[in-house]
Amino acid sequence: MRFPRWLLRALPLFVVVGMGSTAQVAADTPFITLASTTSTEQSGLFRHLIPSFTERTGIQVRVVAVGTGQAFTIGRRGDADVLLVHHRKGEEALVANGFGTERREVMYNDFLLIGPGSDPADVSEAATITEALTRILESQAPFTSRGDDSGTHRRELELWEQAGLNPDGRWYRELGSGMGSTLNTAGAMNAYVLADRGTWLSFRNRQELEVLFEGDPLLFNPYGSIPLNPERFPWIKADLAWQWHEWITSTEGQELIGSHAIEGATLFFPSMER
Amino acid sequence: MNSPDPFSLALSLIATRDPTLWSIVQLSLQVSLTAVLLASLIALPLGALIALFRFPGRGVVITLLNALMGLPPVVAGLIVYLSLSRAGPLGQFGLLFTPTAMVIAQTLLVLPIVAALTRQAIEDLWEEYREQLRSLGSGRIRAIPTLLWDARITLTTVVLAGFGRASAEVGAVLIVGGNIEGVTRVMTTAIALETSRGDLPLALALGLILLTLVAVINGTAYLLGQASSRHMQ
Repeated sequence: MRFPRWLLRALPLFVVVGMGSTAQVAADTPFITLASTTSTEQSGLFRHLIPSFTERTGIQVRVVAVGTGQAFTIGRRGDADVLLVHHRKGEEALVANGFGTERREVMYNDFLLIGPGSDPADVSEAATITEALTRILESQAPFTSRGDDSGTHRRELELWEQAGLNPDGRWYRELGSGMGSTLNTAGAMNAYVLADRGTWLSFRNRQELEVLFEGDPLLFNPYGSIPLNPERFPWIKADLAWQWHEWITSTEGQELIGSHAIEGATLFFPSMER
Repeated sequence: MNSPDPFSLALSLIATRDPTLWSIVQLSLQVSLTAVLLASLIALPLGALIALFRFPGRGVVITLLNALMGLPPVVAGLIVYLSLSRAGPLGQFGLLFTPTAMVIAQTLLVLPIVAALTRQAIEDLWEEYREQLRSLGSGRIRAIPTLLWDARITLTTVVLAGFGRASAEVGAVLIVGGNIEGVTRVMTTAIALETSRGDLPLALALGLILLTLVAVINGTAYLLGQASSRHMQ
């Protein structure tokens, strides 16, 4: 048999080295898993916050950034320790159903109606978001929707509903993508899109897109922190998660949130200051 | 807004030995190479066994393996996610959102490719060698190592195809790894992230680095194959 012996002998070694090196990453330092939204991750907020928290507590925070809908699924399966998401109704339901222990408001910003600078539907002339959406529907100007059950998508659907409108037709494109990908597509299609201020400010590929409408109270976008319930999910690192929950709503955490800015523009406002 | 040229961006990332980039590259290679190794350890003998033995349902197994070569990474990711999730059957190990979960998902993707292609290669070789091996009096099981070794050049390409699948996919590792910075972020998920942040030059620069890496690995395997066939003569 020509199969070289040394290769056979070395095989288990490869396996051990391979597995060992990947497992190594997971060991040692205490950590929590935070399920949060693409908007917070992509805005660079966590890179700004987490080092201070880790320095103070020695706890590392592993952020899994998904849409708010998926974050709720992760929460209902007990696959994270704490959530930071933005859909108040969904958050309250999560606590009410016993998946989370409590909800604390952490920070807020607002949604923006973004669109091509040429503004074919004249939404910049609108007085309210309801009027702006009506103008888009009437002009049949292209509108890109997240379509991914994220917090932003849920809010967008609520806004259409509140306006008594049923967005339907070729002008209304459901993309099923994250905020950034949707902005990429909106830019390429010269379409309108609802985006959160944090993602917009940190977004680099704006093309012809501009902020066309903002400031309606309906566009308020609060984020809540929810530690998952250790009675329901006994494997949860409840103590560590609670430290994060306390810290992010503490003066130190809140001040850090308020100091996160891109080119002088604040991305998230701490809820304590309201 | 100035957009830097992706080529020079890629070069400067490499030249400055950006530590974040380095750890992402390292993890990518670790995860994909481990997955390919595990998959090959199972799939090479498995493919050979299926090639050499006749059993009821063999046609179905072969068709299934061939079909699984087209298993969408997202589906593989979802299956592994549901299995490793705390609410799933393997939940107690707490493997979700770890590199190990990513290795499992990629193994699942690579295994059918290596097994199906090995089966084909060994079956062809068996046709050629059958009489010779029989006259030496060795049984089919004992013929497997010899056949695998003789087919090594083809099988290297097979394993490389598996590696290509592993290093290129983003759907599975994104779901089971969660793209956690410093823990489960690999090249493909980093590229997807930068694309969604609209930093297209950086995304493309990372893509160029990934392509280069894959090319280097393929080149090395090719040279090894050449060397070993020269050695044979």
